[in-house]
Amino acid sequence: MVERIQLAHGGGGTLMQQLIEQELKRLYADPAVVLHDAASFPIPAGRLAFSTDGYVVQPLEFPGGDIGSLAITGTANDLAMAGARPRQLSVALILEEGLELALLRRVINSMRTAAGHCGVQVVTGDTKVVERGKADGLFITTSGIGVVEAPTDPHPSAIRPGDQLLVSGDLGRHGVAILAARHHLALEPQLASDCAPLWPLVEQLLAAGVSPHCLRDLTRGGLAAALQELGEAVGRPLLIHEQLVPVIEPVRHTCELLGFDPLHLANEGRLLAVVAPQDRATAEAVLEPLGGRWIGEVLHPHQHRAGAPLPQVRLRTSFGTERLLVPLSGELLPRIC
Amino acid sequence: MVKPGAAANPGAEAVQLQAVADQLARTASRPWTLMEVCGGQTHAILRWGLDQLLPADLQLIHGPGCPVCVTPTETLDLAQQLAMHPGVILGSYGDMLRVPGSSGGDLLGVRAAGGDVRVLTSPLQALALARQHPHRQVVFLAVGFETTAPATALLARQALALGLSNLSLLVAHVRVPPAMATILAGEGNQVQGFLAAGHVATVMGVAELEELVARSGVPVVVTGFEPLDILTGVLRCVEQLEAGEAELQNAYGRVVRREGNAAARALIQEVFEVVDLPWRGLGLLEAGGLALRDPYRQLDARQRFSGSPPQPGSAPDSLTATTAVPSLAGACMAGLVLQGRLGPADCPSFGSLCTPEHPLGAPMVSSEGACAAYHRYRRR
Repeated sequence: MVERIQLAHGGGGTLMQQLIEQELKRLYADPAVVLHDAASFPIPAGRLAFSTDGYVVQPLEFPGGDIGSLAITGTANDLAMAGARPRQLSVALILEEGLELALLRRVINSMRTAAGHCGVQVVTGDTKVVERGKADGLFITTSGIGVVEAPTDPHPSAIRPGDQLLVSGDLGRHGVAILAARHHLALEPQLASDCAPLWPLVEQLLAAGVSPHCLRDLTRGGLAAALQELGEAVGRPLLIHEQLVPVIEPVRHTCELLGFDPLHLANEGRLLAVVAPQDRATAEAVLEPLGGRWIGEVLHPHQHRAGAPLPQVRLRTSFGTERLLVPLSGELLPRIC
Repeated sequence: MVKPGAAANPGAEAVQLQAVADQLARTASRPWTLMEVCGGQTHAILRWGLDQLLPADLQLIHGPGCPVCVTPTETLDLAQQLAMHPGVILGSYGDMLRVPGSSGGDLLGVRAAGGDVRVLTSPLQALALARQHPHRQVVFLAVGFETTAPATALLARQALALGLSNLSLLVAHVRVPPAMATILAGEGNQVQGFLAAGHVATVMGVAELEELVARSGVPVVVTGFEPLDILTGVLRCVEQLEAGEAELQNAYGRVVRREGNAAARALIQEVFEVVDLPWRGLGLLEAGGLALRDPYRQLDARQRFSGSPPQPGSAPDSLTATTAVPSLAGACMAGLVLQGRLGPADCPSFGSLCTPEHPLGAPMVSSEGACAAYHRYRRR
C-alpha cells in the first residue's frame, strides 16, 4: 500500500515524531536542533542579509528540479542578490493529507542536496499537515540569512546612467520546463529547469574585483520584469539589444509555438548584473565562459527620446528597429515557483 | 515551429528585410494607406517595429482582424448569464474570459463569483467535458474567423454523432471578406489596399478576395505573419498602386493555395450557414457571420436555453442581459479603432482609463487586439 501523509503526522504525537525522525531529520545540519524551538549560532562581524520566500510550484517535480530544490536554491539566490554568502535557512513545510510519503522523501533528499550545493545549513523548521483539498500537495516556505561580502550593497538605488547590463546565461529554461511538465508537452529533447545556486557566480564576480551596482535574480516575470523594475528605480531608460540576449533554440521554438516571449519566462539560476562601465570587461570575462553576455546599458539622460517617459526599457531588434519591452500583463503561467 | 519563410539566421533575415525595405522606398512615389486586416499581423508589425522600415508617408492602419474584439456584446452577456447558472459549465478560449460585456463585467468575474468557466485550447475539449459531466450542461462559446470555424464544425459533428444531449454551442464565428467590404464602403475610408489575412486564405482560398478586388478596384495581397512576409505584402500592394493596377496577389504562396483547404471548407459548409451578424464596433454586417444549420441547429445554446427559435446574431429577449449603458462606454473608442479610423494610442483612454489589467474594450484584451499591441510594444 502506498504510504501517505495523514493528519496525525502534524498532530504532535507519535506519528509526527516518526515523520521527523525518519524523514525530516536528515535535512538538518545538526539533527539535535530539530526538536528545539529555535536555533542559535555565532555570526561573523559585518552586515547580514535576510530573505524569505514561499514556494507553491505545480507540478511538485519537474525536469531539472522539484519544489524542494527550488525552495532552498531560491532563497539562497535571493540572499546572493544582496551580495551575501547564504549561510542559514529555515524550512516550513505545509503538507496536504494524502501526500505520498515517497514523494516527500524525494523532495527532502533534493533539499538536502540543494543545501549542499548552495553551502547553506538548515537550522530550524516547522511542519504542519492540512486536510485534503486545503493545499496542493506540498507548500514550502524558506527564510534565510547570509553575510554580505560585497564591498557596497548591490541595490537598485546604486544604479547610475551609463551602467552596463549583463545576464549570466541563456534565459527561459525554467519557465519552459514547468510549462512542458504541466501541459504534458512532449519536448524533444526534454528541457530541464536552470535551477542552480547563484552565489558561486557572485563570489567569482567579487573575487575578480567587480563591485556590482545591482544584482537581480531573473525569476517570475523574467528579464522583462527585472529590467522594468530597475528602469523605474533609476529613473532612466534602458537599452537592450535583442539579438544579444542568450536564448537556446528549444526555448525560442517553444515560445514561438505558444506565443510567449522568452524574456517574460522565469529562470531559477540566472541573474542580471548591473556594473559600472569600467567593470564591464571584467564581468564579461567571468560570465561569458558560463554562457552569459553583455546585453545593454542604462542610458544617459540625453539619449532618451523627446516626449518619452524616462524609465522605459527599449529593445533594439535584429532589424535595427526599436520597441518597448514591458512586463507581461496578467499571469503568463501561475505557480512557477 | 515551421518557419519556411524566415531565413535560417537573423543576420540573413535582416539583410533580406532591408532589401525589401529599400525596394519599397524606391517604389513608393506618393503617400499610400494600407490596412493589414489581421491582428496577428498588427502584433508582428509592432513586435518587430516594421513600420519604422517603411517610407515616411506610407501608412499602415490596423484592421478588425481580431475575433475576440468583434464578438457582439449580446453574445458575451449571454455567455455570462449562462455561466452563472449552477448547472452549466461554460468553456471558451482564454482571451474571451477577459472581454467586458455590456455591464463591464467579464467571464473571469463570473468565475470568481462561483460560475464554472473553463479555458479551453481546442473545441474538442468541450466534448470531453460533456462526457465527464453528464449531469451538467456544457456550453462552448465558439469564436473566431474562418480559421477556427472548421474545428468548431468538427465538434458539432462529433457531438451529434455521439448523441450528446448536454453539449451546446454559443456560436459567434465571423467572416472576414464582408468586413473588408464594409470598411471600404465606410464614410471617410482611407484604405487604398489590403494585406489580407494569410491564415483565413489558407482555409478559404482566394475566390472571395478576388470578388472583393473585382467589386472594389482595391488591390489585395494575401500576406503571412513573419517580418519578411509582411514587408513583402506591403511591397506587392504598393507596386500595384503605383502602377494603377488592382488584383488579388498571393504573397504567402508557401502556405496558401488558390482553392484553400477543401476539406475544411466542406466541413464549414456542412455545419454552418452564412448569416448577417453584428460585429462589435462595426455594426450589422451582411453575410458577416456563421450560424449552425440543420441538423446542427439543435446544438445552438440560444435555442436550448430559451425554448424559442434560434436567432442568429442576437440573443432571445428572455436571455438578453440588462442593456443598461455601461458607464464607461463613452470612454472606449474600440469601434473607430476596429475600423482603422483611430490609432489605438490616439484614444484618450489609452493607457490611462484603459489598460490590459482594466480593459474598457476588447482590443485591449485580446492577444490580437490593436490596442493591446500598442500598449505592449509602444506605450507612451
